[in-house]
Amino acid sequence: MEFHIVVCAGLVPDPLQTLEPVMGPAGPGLKNEALLPSVIDPWAAHALFEAAHLARARPGSKVWLVSLAPKAKLQQVLMVVAQKVPFDLVAVDGPANGFTDASACAAALADAIAAIPGLDRQKLLVFGGWESASRAAGTTLQMVGERLGITEQFQGVDAVTVGADGAFEVLERIEGGRHQVATCSGAPAVCGWATGSLHEPPNSPQVGMMNMRTLMPALQKARAASVPLAGAFGAAAVPSARRDTRVVKDMSPDAIAQEIVEWIRQ
Amino acid sequence: MDPSMSVLVIVHTESDGALATPALEAVNAARALAQQLATPFHVGLVGAVVEPAAAALGTCGAASFRAVAGDAFAQARYATDVAAAAGIATAVGADLVIVPGTSRALRTAGGLAQRLGGVADTHVVGVAASAGVVSITRWFYRQRIEGTMSRTARPWVIALETGTTPAWAGAPGAGGVEAVAVSVETRSAVTGVRAPSTGEQTVRPDADLLLVAGAGWTKKQADGQVHAEAAQSAILGFLRASKASLGGSKSLVDQSGEGQAVLPFMTHLNQVGQTGSSPRHRKGLATCCHGEEPHVIGWRFVTERRAVNLNANCGWAQGKADVVYVADAFAVMKKVNELLGA
Repeated sequence: MEFHIVVCAGLVPDPLQTLEPVMGPAGPGLKNEALLPSVIDPWAAHALFEAAHLARARPGSKVWLVSLAPKAKLQQVLMVVAQKVPFDLVAVDGPANGFTDASACAAALADAIAAIPGLDRQKLLVFGGWESASRAAGTTLQMVGERLGITEQFQGVDAVTVGADGAFEVLERIEGGRHQVATCSGAPAVCGWATGSLHEPPNSPQVGMMNMRTLMPALQKARAASVPLAGAFGAAAVPSARRDTRVVKDMSPDAIAQEIVEWIRQ
Repeated sequence: MDPSMSVLVIVHTESDGALATPALEAVNAARALAQQLATPFHVGLVGAVVEPAAAALGTCGAASFRAVAGDAFAQARYATDVAAAAGIATAVGADLVIVPGTSRALRTAGGLAQRLGGVADTHVVGVAASAGVVSITRWFYRQRIEGTMSRTARPWVIALETGTTPAWAGAPGAGGVEAVAVSVETRSAVTGVRAPSTGEQTVRPDADLLLVAGAGWTKKQADGQVHAEAAQSAILGFLRASKASLGGSKSLVDQSGEGQAVLPFMTHLNQVGQTGSSPRHRKGLATCCHGEEPHVIGWRFVTERRAVNLNANCGWAQGKADVVYVADAFAVMKKVNELLGA
């Protein structure tokens, strides 16, 4: 059985960037937000790679990437992402800000998915990151699923193993470094991925050229979505956690080891 | 004050019908919020058996106990959990729904809000009401930014981070439970839990100490060679002797998936930081890790922090650790293991 896999993935600031919140008249944002380099959301990227892997193993399957983000930034990031795995892009032009409302974001994504031509809801798997690295709520995919009428949902997913009949086993992260094992009779379902088990595919110019045929038209057709801030913000700040660090330079490894062991035993 | 506003806390019972600490924390938070709003609060219970939980909360002051109980609700499954929570919230007519930040409750917080036509916030570390206005403090950008906000939209589902509120501790009493009927059809089933065997268990949430291994363990050392076997021996020896939990930087974990010199016991589950976990341990020791911001945000809840690094100007030395030892971690950890009797 083939699948129609829709991967929801937004953009986030490059994790190595310093994030400094600033309060504007409408609410918080990030300092120099428009200039911060962006990457595809890390857990959503894993979902995309897993989707492509699954689609390759199930002939007739297809992958769509649905992204709600500022159009210009999306174009920049997709120049790299489009060389990784094949997909059709559905772009929605809107903010990628982490202070926006998950339910409004979910509404925009669900509308975009529902409007995909040729999408078979009975074959539909909605993938995405379990939590984004921006809003970091872990609620958006659940809401997207509910809006699409999908009540088989799994979060913190690290593996999906599909059988010949389309039924699958799924591993969901739970507390204590363990996985909950569940089975599902098949699509439609929602999977919010954690890291999965696949590493990032190497760039492929051939895949990039193939994706490019649909990427630019999709960006040009991107509908604008209004995604307001989540509420009335009183403050947004980086917690001050600066410690008075003691830097020890002149101790032997043996002496350091002794001190560490004493500290551990306290 | 807004006496018309109703507060509901929804918690899942354990297999024996008792409540775990995160559930008791959520009950306490809901109770305090209701007191600030001068409004009653209600308790919703979901699980195979709920009577012991209701009895344990008998004197918490809840106006009512509603429950969805039965074998179908014993395990954490989206379809049944979200239906149960929505049934209880609808029966109560809840405006504010507090849930604990457990994996089970977080898995349905968004779906619950959607079913109720409301909104949801997770990773909440504080909730309070003043002059009838409810505000929360929560993390954004994965523990990098903390924000305080309020919403007018209702119902509002609030998932409270574990360990941020004292747990309810009161005398048991008679807690009469009203059953809420819920009809659910589902195509999924929970079949079990998969955990590493005891000898391979490296993620230990209850450990006093977190050891974080950075990518430096698999880099070329002073002799120009990679010493992955020595690194493995040092790390595993330390874990055996100290019973510490093992964390890793993203770069080290990624290497394990890319076929480079690797530490085979490291998986993505060990990853600590912006794209990994933020564990709670009393002490943390970082080795061969530079202490860059994406790593350190995973240390938000690690109280005492020490690091061993060859670079005296590494991120840990910039106010992120209490002590930084400028030394070769291979030599230091070898000696540490000797002293610990590994």
